Amino acid sequence: MSATSSAFPLPASGRVPLTLRVFAALDRKAWIALAVFLALALVVVPVLHLTVPESSTFHVSAYAITLIGKIMCYALVAVAMDLIWGYGGILSLGHGLFFALGGYAFGMYLMRQIGRDGSYGADLPDFMVFLDWKELPWFWLGSDHFGWAALLALAVPAVVAFVFGYFAFRSRIKGVYFSIITQALTYAAMLLFFRNETGFGGNNGFTDFKRILGHGITSPEMRLVLFGLTALTLAATLVFAAWLVKSKFGRVLTAIRDAESRVMFIGYNPLWYKLTIWVISAVLCGIAGALYVPQVGIINPSEMSPANSIEIAIWVAVGGRGTLIGPVIGAFVVNLAKSWFTVSFPEYWLFFLGLLFIVVTLMLPQGLVGLWKKIIARKGAAA
Amino acid sequence: MKKPLLPALLPFLLWLTSLSALAAPDPALVRQLAADDNADKIAAIQQLTAAAEPGTARLLQAMADDSLFVAGDRLFIFDGEHGFDAVSGSAADLPEGADSVTVNNRLRGELSNALAALKLFDADRNARLNATRELQSNVGPELADVLGKARAQEQDAEIKLLLDLAYAQATLQDSDPAVRLAAVQTLADAPTPAIRSLLLPLTEASAESDDKVRAAAVDAIKHIERSLAWGDTLAGIFSGLSLGSILLLAALGLAITYGVMGIINMAHGELLMIGAYSAYAVQSLFRAWAPDYVDWYLPAAIPVAFFAAALVGVVMERTVIRWLYGRTLETLLATWGLSLILIQAARVLFGAQNVEVANPSWMSGGVELLPNLILPWNRVIIIGFALFVLFLVWVLMNKTRLGMFVRAVTQNRAMAGCVGVPTARIDTMAFALGAGIAGLGGVALSQISNVGPDMGQGYIVDSFMVVVVGGVGQLAGAVWAALGLGIFSKLLEGWAGAVIAKIMILVAIIVFIQKRPQGIFALKGRFADQ
Repeated sequence: MSATSSAFPLPASGRVPLTLRVFAALDRKAWIALAVFLALALVVVPVLHLTVPESSTFHVSAYAITLIGKIMCYALVAVAMDLIWGYGGILSLGHGLFFALGGYAFGMYLMRQIGRDGSYGADLPDFMVFLDWKELPWFWLGSDHFGWAALLALAVPAVVAFVFGYFAFRSRIKGVYFSIITQALTYAAMLLFFRNETGFGGNNGFTDFKRILGHGITSPEMRLVLFGLTALTLAATLVFAAWLVKSKFGRVLTAIRDAESRVMFIGYNPLWYKLTIWVISAVLCGIAGALYVPQVGIINPSEMSPANSIEIAIWVAVGGRGTLIGPVIGAFVVNLAKSWFTVSFPEYWLFFLGLLFIVVTLMLPQGLVGLWKKIIARKGAAA
Repeated sequence: MKKPLLPALLPFLLWLTSLSALAAPDPALVRQLAADDNADKIAAIQQLTAAAEPGTARLLQAMADDSLFVAGDRLFIFDGEHGFDAVSGSAADLPEGADSVTVNNRLRGELSNALAALKLFDADRNARLNATRELQSNVGPELADVLGKARAQEQDAEIKLLLDLAYAQATLQDSDPAVRLAAVQTLADAPTPAIRSLLLPLTEASAESDDKVRAAAVDAIKHIERSLAWGDTLAGIFSGLSLGSILLLAALGLAITYGVMGIINMAHGELLMIGAYSAYAVQSLFRAWAPDYVDWYLPAAIPVAFFAAALVGVVMERTVIRWLYGRTLETLLATWGLSLILIQAARVLFGAQNVEVANPSWMSGGVELLPNLILPWNRVIIIGFALFVLFLVWVLMNKTRLGMFVRAVTQNRAMAGCVGVPTARIDTMAFALGAGIAGLGGVALSQISNVGPDMGQGYIVDSFMVVVVGGVGQLAGAVWAALGLGIFSKLLEGWAGAVIAKIMILVAIIVFIQKRPQGIFALKGRFADQ
């Protein structure tokens, strides 16, 4: 991160209140951009969706809201990925697992909310009736409470990430080794969730949701609430991440990325720094997954496929890692391109994605944000 | 015996009478073949078989082929051009309005058994041997007589042994306890799961009244289970070896590119795919231009696959990987992009569906070591092929100038350059070698698994596991890791199922890396820090 002038300059020394420090995380331009984004997401889009007639060009369709909401979830994952990769120097190829775990945890609640409206009209979710199960497995206990499901969506990725990260970082597994092992982890989880006996719907996963907290899940109001909630979460995450990377913690983390041995010799233990950012990153992914499932209406094990996780890395790389706006831009650019390609030229999408991987790593190591900065710098030099 | 005496004796009596007149099937029984009731038809088939008259085989074959016709009370065989009388076998015209005798699946099973039983008397030894083999399962009491007769006549020791087994199965329900006892004792020497389940009812008092037979059955089952357990364990180890050899073929190329050169190549699985598609292409060429030699397409495919994959490897190295040396995470992402492009290219060129790559005829079949341990030839050949490729790699890396240069460049690039090693060209050649070896692995895979655009994806995690467990910079590590992972996962699979086994292996690897972060064969000295 290049040093930018803060909107609220901090005193040179002494204890600074937390609120001020949070305000200092972003500069004035960034706060304005964030305010514009929130105004668009929370006011303009709902008004355009609900009040403008469908025939008008200004009408925002349900499809567009779902698509943008989905991409905002992806952007959230990309920011989480950037925290661990861009600032921590650890490339995870298993972030799809945490995303899916959050999604599954919240999906359990959505499945229970279907109640007796399933095709078998039973108390149990349809797939359990199909498997001839008589009662809920123990890990489904309490899944009918919204609060518990929301807690699970945070806690399950956190616990899995903590346990895995503790063992991986403790034995100083890093670099490509770590990437490959995270890939194996998500691959193993995918195989596990594909099994019907695991108790999460096997191949089909969870779908056919009906309502959240008693309100219909497909109603325009619910769609907008979820959309707004996602936008708020994304904005809050960006502020939090900006504060985090500027804090002492963030600086030590960046130092570990650049010279781990040196940081260790100075007297820091990299284990806890890495582990903390790793768990934070996983929890953010879990939140994104929990917001994603009600909007898209389905969660299945293919979300855990290694290919999905590695795609997250390319969002971050395209946007520019080591910056916070980069991953958001990357997630939007790549996923909008994907939506367009898969409709217009489905057979060329993989060629495009493959080329994107190659071009970005060979020619755009700083991503689009880096390219933009370079253009600005050249203009400044010319003028 | 449950059957009444008369039908059992009838064939013999008929045989006596017909011998003097004409050696032909009994006309009454032949007519019964066209009876309305299936049970009557089956009875007729069984009795005709037990009599085993010369014309019977032809008659039953005709019935199985749907070329037996009925008109009034006469039956005719009609082979499409000429008609014959079903009883005498002499030429006769098929009358107008003759109906085909209907044969359902149950009857077909009965007919194939009967035809096999009739072949027991064939003059040709091989025909008799095949017929006895066919009769090793599904032998009912109705075949007891004909098997007894064949057994008495048979001179060949091998066939006689098989006939004894079949006869024992047929007489397991005999009314005489002594016959049953003999049957049980004979069957104790045939350790197959089918025989075991056949003997199982005889251990219960409700099904078997005689104590001696029951005791013999219990002994026999124990004996069979002991041999079966041996066979199962050996079969598990063999399939583990076989999986290990496949993992080894998949991982050997990676042991060079990643293990020695330190390039993380996520498109490695796609190089396997290129090898497999090369086998498919060579097979198609043989089918089109040299159909007589199509069995030999596989040896021809080996060099083609090697050079095709090596060529793709050269292009990959020169265009992409070269610029990313020393930046492993970037290499990972860029080669993942390459793999996506290669997958999509295969889809465009060959279609999204799997293509069919046939086993050459000399690779089908197998060696039977134990009744429940059959080693398929294709697996045995792949194990041999893996050893051959391993040897090739070892020679290349340790006994050739190229291998020496590769090792020199990876150990100290600057110094190697100073003494005149063309480091850039060596990089390309070593990467091409690793890619070509992946292509060889692809040829082997084409023989045992599906060939499709996505086939490489399934191997990438496994092959990296092999290299990670084996340790970087080592060929020996890759070999032991591949075999160990193969055998370990097959044994676990038998115990816990495929998915759980896979998960357990992955967890075990993560735990293993805790203890030995550098793999089984850790490099010592300054390289250990990488």
